[in-house]
Amino acid sequence: MANVPENLHYSKDHEWVRTEGDIAVIGITDYAQNSLGDVVYVELPKAGEAFSANESFGSVESVKAVSEMFTPVSGNVVEVNESLNDEPEKVNGDPYGEGWMVKLKMSNSGEVDSLLTAAEYEDFTKAESE
Amino acid sequence: MTATALELKKTPLNSVHRELGGRMVDFGGWDMPVQYPAGTVEEHLRTRTRAGLFDVSHMGEIEVLGAGAIPFVNSITSNDASKLVDGQAHYSALTTPEGTVIDDLLVYRIAADHLLLVVNAGTTEKDWEWISSHHEGEDVTLRNVSSEYCQIALQGPDALAILQQMTDLSLADIKYYHFSQGSVDGVPAIVSRTGYTGEDGFEVYAAPDKAEQLWNKMLEVGKYGTTEGVLPCGLAARNTLRLEAAMALYGHEIDEATTLLEANLGWICKFNKGDFVGREALVKQKEEGVRRRLIGFEITERGIARDGQDVIVNGEKVGTVTSGSPAPYLKKNIGMAYVPVELAVEGQAIQIDVRGRLVGAQIVKTPFYKRERNS
Repeated sequence: MANVPENLHYSKDHEWVRTEGDIAVIGITDYAQNSLGDVVYVELPKAGEAFSANESFGSVESVKAVSEMFTPVSGNVVEVNESLNDEPEKVNGDPYGEGWMVKLKMSNSGEVDSLLTAAEYEDFTKAESE
Repeated sequence: MTATALELKKTPLNSVHRELGGRMVDFGGWDMPVQYPAGTVEEHLRTRTRAGLFDVSHMGEIEVLGAGAIPFVNSITSNDASKLVDGQAHYSALTTPEGTVIDDLLVYRIAADHLLLVVNAGTTEKDWEWISSHHEGEDVTLRNVSSEYCQIALQGPDALAILQQMTDLSLADIKYYHFSQGSVDGVPAIVSRTGYTGEDGFEVYAAPDKAEQLWNKMLEVGKYGTTEGVLPCGLAARNTLRLEAAMALYGHEIDEATTLLEANLGWICKFNKGDFVGREALVKQKEEGVRRRLIGFEITERGIARDGQDVIVNGEKVGTVTSGSPAPYLKKNIGMAYVPVELAVEGQAIQIDVRGRLVGAQIVKTPFYKRERNS
């Protein structure tokens, strides 16, 4: 079964959010990386770019497939994980750690509350894979 | 999802794929593994360096029997079946009157009055109808025997050594694009030195109820589970392997809208063998010259081209990507595309429209990958 850490928030597009004050660290879930297979390429935005919630902020590609990533919350990009340019496989190996994608300074931190909890996300992926 | 999955066709290895952890997808109506837990990259690399095992039982088989078998096949395919000897196979195509492609196939000569056509899974029914409709009845019997065969491909530098442990046939004596009939692990089989990976290897045809036995034995003899052992490979690795070798995939590089000459398949057009469906159109196109041609390209910037994306030169769309993917062994991002013949030159700079972003690429020589032959 896919790993779904308790302390994170989840979107139905299979992104996770970890809040650090008003910063949202965003990545893709273990379920998502496992569905994609070997990640070979990650395209990320630039620092300073602004996104509304549910906007496409980049893409992650495996040998076989391209998957767009969507911002679970609104905000400005303060940092992107540049190391994924050279080591995209971190997304497979450590999706909740070294495989993080972007950090957003949230413009409305209340948006986090509308995301799924770990238990809800787990139910959601179970339903989706049936 | 569940309802459609029930209707998908299954090969005799379906439950084996599931036991091995294969991720199953709908591939042209077949429930097939796209990859196993090792992943596409590892499966691809293992096939290049050791051996990979592929279930290709979904491919179709059509028997052509009778004294008129060779003339009949020659009348509907582009290559010259009269040149085959017993135990030899060749790559050919079923052509339309316009010289475009109904399907690509292998033609096996078992005997002068017994040919076996091996066709693509998704086109088997179409091919069967096409072939039947050209059959005038004289001295030829056609049989769709797709359900009477499993087909397992063992590919890679270790393929011969693995398979040799299962048969008394002298595999080293089977030349490329030749085959023998004999016993493999006690099972009557056709063992063909062919494949779709750019590696040396074999394709084994046998009765479907023997598929599991042969597959499991190949995994066992090939030391599956060890770091240098054989790996079962899914459709994704099959695709990247054939793409590195620049082999055409039906529905991508070739279809009923592309001619053999445009696809660089003039080498399977034998114009001196007598008439065949599409000959006239192909001869005319050869004399006049093709207007577009299939090329291989390498991405020179960051980005991955994908099937169906536009090829751009000087801001104008000039063609379409037929196959685009990362190439795991070459560690490049590559693809094939049709472009106007004046641009189909090695070194020509092009751009690929990757979801709205123009990514630089360059036309290169194909195949992208060519194995070192030591024999």
